[in-house]
Amino acid sequence: MPEPIIRIENVHKHFGRVHALRGINLEVQAGEVVVILGPSGSGKSTLLRCINHLEVYNSGKITVDGIVLKTAQNINAVRREVGMVFQSFNLFPHLTALSNLILAQRLVRKRPIEEAKEIAMKLLAKVGIAEKADSYPGQLSGGQQQRVAIARALAMNPKMMLFDEPTSALDPEMIKEVLDVMLALAKEGMTMVVVSHEMGFARAAASRCIFMDEGQIVEEGPPDKLFTNPTQDRTKLFLSKVLQS
Amino acid sequence: MAPKGPDQNLGRMLSGKTKDPTETDEKVQEIINQIPGAEPSAKLDPWWWLVVAVAALIILMVVFFPDPYGDILNFVKDGIWITVQLTLISFVFILIIGLIGGIGRITKNPVIHFISTLYVEIVRGIPLLVQLIWWYFAAPAVIRGIGEAIHFSAMADYKSNALLLAIIGLSVCYGAYMAEIFRAGIQSIPKGQMEAARSLGMNYFQAMRYVIVPQAIRVVLPPVGNEFIMLIKDTSLVSAVAMADLTRRGREYMSAHFNPIETWTMIALIYLIITLLSARVISWLETRRKY
Repeated sequence: MPEPIIRIENVHKHFGRVHALRGINLEVQAGEVVVILGPSGSGKSTLLRCINHLEVYNSGKITVDGIVLKTAQNINAVRREVGMVFQSFNLFPHLTALSNLILAQRLVRKRPIEEAKEIAMKLLAKVGIAEKADSYPGQLSGGQQQRVAIARALAMNPKMMLFDEPTSALDPEMIKEVLDVMLALAKEGMTMVVVSHEMGFARAAASRCIFMDEGQIVEEGPPDKLFTNPTQDRTKLFLSKVLQS
Repeated sequence: MAPKGPDQNLGRMLSGKTKDPTETDEKVQEIINQIPGAEPSAKLDPWWWLVVAVAALIILMVVFFPDPYGDILNFVKDGIWITVQLTLISFVFILIIGLIGGIGRITKNPVIHFISTLYVEIVRGIPLLVQLIWWYFAAPAVIRGIGEAIHFSAMADYKSNALLLAIIGLSVCYGAYMAEIFRAGIQSIPKGQMEAARSLGMNYFQAMRYVIVPQAIRVVLPPVGNEFIMLIKDTSLVSAVAMADLTRRGREYMSAHFNPIETWTMIALIYLIITLLSARVISWLETRRKY
């Protein structure tokens, strides 16, 4: 088996007195799509944010693309290989959609303006909103904003993408347009770690599903097995609640 | 954050709840372009009338009663220049000190944070007039004393420069207030903005320079404008430390001609026209935002 692109070994994280992650072990191979689910407060977002060091873990070891995060000399070198998509989009509201995609390419990848612009336009076309290139985020719908945010992360040519509840802040009719983009990405072979409760997406795209509760990985397996035939009671309870609604 | 200019609200109103907004967008834009004043920046600030009224009043007074009003204006005009000069030069330094102090107040570095907080707390606690007097009368003596102690003749022979010391006094004092405004402005930007910038691989300074500060400027523009107008008025305090500013020249004219009503009415109107003009420029800057 080749070296995993993300390796998480016995990671613990405390927020004050809250023990948010309690010994997480997880390996993600290049090209895998891993979907993490679990009740709120189970630590799934915290785990995701630890992978690109937005949260600093207290003990254990995370290796991303061969670089150990704790001892990384230049965390920015790791981050530019790891695309991140947030629940609240976090587009830069003072820049147009196009400029949102260009800024980091110029600053971090040091690409000339023509090249950065070309890549940006290609990606906006790919997520289906090339005609909105000159719009400001405030002029876009939630679904459009999230698609711009995905394109912005892709513009850095990341080796993997992290999605932190990308559809939770969206109106129901906009969820599909975002999931379609993510599904297309998964089909292209992008390595993805997705925190989401979208069962349809998990079934269609995930190579593995992980159920987390109280800072621990309770159960993992292929989506069909986990959804239809979970072995742990906690997983069953959670799934019965989610599938009901 | 969902900033909306009137044009976008109008756009939504005109397009209704269409399923595909992209298709109607161009038509809506076309319609908006035909409506005069739909662009926010195209609107004329209605408060220009007050500027015009005060200017007209001053001109009428000078034209119809050249004695004493024309005489007063002529006498104090170099004071107006000093006041404007003091305000503009100090304000540049205030913005620089404010930005450094504001970032210092939010940094995690304990030494820088301590120094910035100490500066803000001390300066805010002393009246501006006392600070100006200290800079003019005490600071030169301190510099000379140190110069003598370390046998450094350039410092020992230091001669006070009223303009320079007034600028230092105003900048140090207002810089502390400005630091608090900038701190609040930067902290008002959602945390997700910094996280998004950092997750794209930008370093802290790039994220500050290109993502946080441009958004914070929009937030702090009204209070910064407010400080600017307060500064114009507070420069009158330098008349206590040998600066021949507008207030000082007014006092000189009054003592020579014994006509306090005419002199101080004229001086008040001159301050008023300067501050009103500044207020219009500031509100023009505020409407210039694009997003």
